[in-house]
Amino acid sequence: MASIETAAPAADAPPVAATQPPPAPAAGTAWTRKDLLDTDVLSAAEIALVLETAEAMAEVRERPVGRVAALRGTTVVTLFYEHSTRTRASFELAAKALGADVVNLAASASSVEKGESLVDTVRTLEAIGADVLALRHPASGAAALAARHTAASVVNGGDGAHAHPTQALLDLYTMRRHLGDLAGRKVAIVGDVLHSRVARSNLWALRAAGAHVALCGPATLLPRTFAAPRALAEDTGAGACEVTSDLAGALADADAVMALRIQRERQGQGPAPSLRDYVRQYQITEERLARARPHAIVMHPGPMNEGVEIAPEVAHGPRSVVEEQVAGGVAVRMAALYLLATARRR
Amino acid sequence: MSALLIRGGRVVDPAAGRDERADVLIADGRVRAIGAGLDAGGAETLDARGCVVAPGFVDLHAHLREPGFEQKGTIATETEAALRGGFTTVCAMPNTTPPPDSGAAVRGLLERAGRDARVRVAPVGCVTAGRAGRRLAELAELAEAGCVAVSDDGDPVAGGDLLRHALALGGALGLVVAEHCDDPTLSGGGVMHEGATGERLGLRGQPAAAEEAAVARAIALCELTGGRLHLMHLSTAGSVEQAARAKERGLPLTCEVTPSHLFLTEEAVAGGGAAPAYDTSAKVNPPLRTERDRRALLAGVNEGVIDAIATDHAPHAPEEKLREFDAAPFGISCAETALATVTTLAARGELDPAAALRALTHGPAEAFALARHAPGAGTLTPGLAADATVFDPDERWTVDPARFASKGRNTPLAGMELRGRVRAVVVAGVLRHAAAPAEAAHG
Repeated sequence: MASIETAAPAADAPPVAATQPPPAPAAGTAWTRKDLLDTDVLSAAEIALVLETAEAMAEVRERPVGRVAALRGTTVVTLFYEHSTRTRASFELAAKALGADVVNLAASASSVEKGESLVDTVRTLEAIGADVLALRHPASGAAALAARHTAASVVNGGDGAHAHPTQALLDLYTMRRHLGDLAGRKVAIVGDVLHSRVARSNLWALRAAGAHVALCGPATLLPRTFAAPRALAEDTGAGACEVTSDLAGALADADAVMALRIQRERQGQGPAPSLRDYVRQYQITEERLARARPHAIVMHPGPMNEGVEIAPEVAHGPRSVVEEQVAGGVAVRMAALYLLATARRR
Repeated sequence: MSALLIRGGRVVDPAAGRDERADVLIADGRVRAIGAGLDAGGAETLDARGCVVAPGFVDLHAHLREPGFEQKGTIATETEAALRGGFTTVCAMPNTTPPPDSGAAVRGLLERAGRDARVRVAPVGCVTAGRAGRRLAELAELAEAGCVAVSDDGDPVAGGDLLRHALALGGALGLVVAEHCDDPTLSGGGVMHEGATGERLGLRGQPAAAEEAAVARAIALCELTGGRLHLMHLSTAGSVEQAARAKERGLPLTCEVTPSHLFLTEEAVAGGGAAPAYDTSAKVNPPLRTERDRRALLAGVNEGVIDAIATDHAPHAPEEKLREFDAAPFGISCAETALATVTTLAARGELDPAAALRALTHGPAEAFALARHAPGAGTLTPGLAADATVFDPDERWTVDPARFASKGRNTPLAGMELRGRVRAVVVAGVLRHAAAPAEAAHG
């Protein structure tokens, strides 16, 4: 792997980073993929490579300058067809911290409003020199479609209910910091799992890392085909997956609890009777967390509806690592952009 | 009119129980004789050795797109596609703009077909005015204008009361009511089968129950009215089972399946690679289902529960399918691969060749009683109109949508090697299509 070169230091800042070694790659693993579309195709070694690269990036972020020139001359375009605060901002910060040129496009302010198709849009962006596209789109499979029709690298910033790989990777990054090796750990993911790209990408990555996952929520918001019993999973070294409507069982002995955002617009329209009814059964509260392990951390991909899927005292309590997740998001997205962009140069 | 002798083929006509090596002599638009060693006289001869000579295929379900959607297909292009696929009669579905909901509209369609069509076109009229699901279309007028059936295809008939009335009235008019069985409150917004693949891909699913509940409704109303019901493009094991039980009870219903549902499952959407492909060419309504469903559909054809293999040929313009999966339209351009799909399944031992050929010829002709309009459709009978399809059940070829006659290149079979190819097609005694055998045939 190429070393992370430092940006030209500002006059008032010492060139601290100049002597820093490059991040150590996982044994024998190099990034070779053009795109990062989901975690399901990644090997455990590739996931480890991203997380280790992210550690090095976090270190860069802690330096006084906080940026390097590793991607100088690389153009990163963020193309967002949905509103986003943290994902879009952290992609932009990540690209800038690596010295890349950044163009931010929102679908509402682009030719998309005039009817331009996704395929034509990504071809246009490639023609004007985009090397990496960070794409957020409401349709599942949009990132795969874009990736097929451009030579630029596509990093999926969330497509419909399908995948959100950088979110899952930053979640694993955060969990590893607190829990160490994730093999044999139990992670409970609670909420509208059926419509959650965060839950899917986490499920694939966590199972690949050997963690057991409990997916929990009202029956109408749960997938029906994701269960993988321990006996079967252990043969492959993958973690198991349990799908349950029983919150107490899902939280029992959990090492990490992830609450998913309950989309208000979806409630009261069929799948769930009301927010109130959801809160009664599935809100993550201090009392309910007593079933989890004493050291268990509480996570949320944001944005949170405090008082719905998570009680305010939990969201801001000692177990909460929500802000750490956001900070880790920049490091993980730096790692993703760095790996994709440097693979392009080879 | 000139004469044609189709020589040396294996003549198979399920309607007549015929399966023998024989020549077929055609003159003046009609079958003149079927037998060994017929004298060509002055007739043009067609060498059919190694081939099956069958009645021209009958497609109960094709979307010709004209009028209104000429960017997807026209009567000229889509009947040429049907012709190359071995179909000599196609039933044109009514989801056009304007839809054929009046005698004038049907006559207009027949006039265009008379000018442009390469095969016989049998119009299917609307059940409801404007295909809008609010009030019945004038069914007697549609029957008089030449409709062989009525349907609101693309959608189910909106209300149970309308379907009931259509069945009751259609029975007396000789009109089959062909129902697209779906409960939209259950399937609404679904873009593929609700199951393992859809969950993995994060795509909204249509549960099998959405079709099966609507099949149950249609069968109950068939029983209530005694009207002639046809269940279109069945896709689930539960639907086949219901149709079988209804037939056992003697209800006047028929049903069809598409080659796509016989050949593919929900996994076609994901494709064969490690990362899901979201192949919009495999987006079809009803959706491709599970392997269990596929096996039940195959058994349905083999056991005669399913009367017809109908293409649901649904061409779309390339840019319409080059979209996000959610945004792409439903439909597969199927006419030119239908036979090869069937013969490939037969070669694998999954389809009984005799049952499959019946479901391409006599089965559909009987289902819509086409003999009233086109005597000879679905059979090779001396004295009747000569529609014949000659195919080599073994010839291997690779599907290349760029070579389709259809404007629709939307097939999930692109690049796939199939076995079985149409070699010649005769419509009303005229050799309309003749394909040279592939260089690597029998390879």
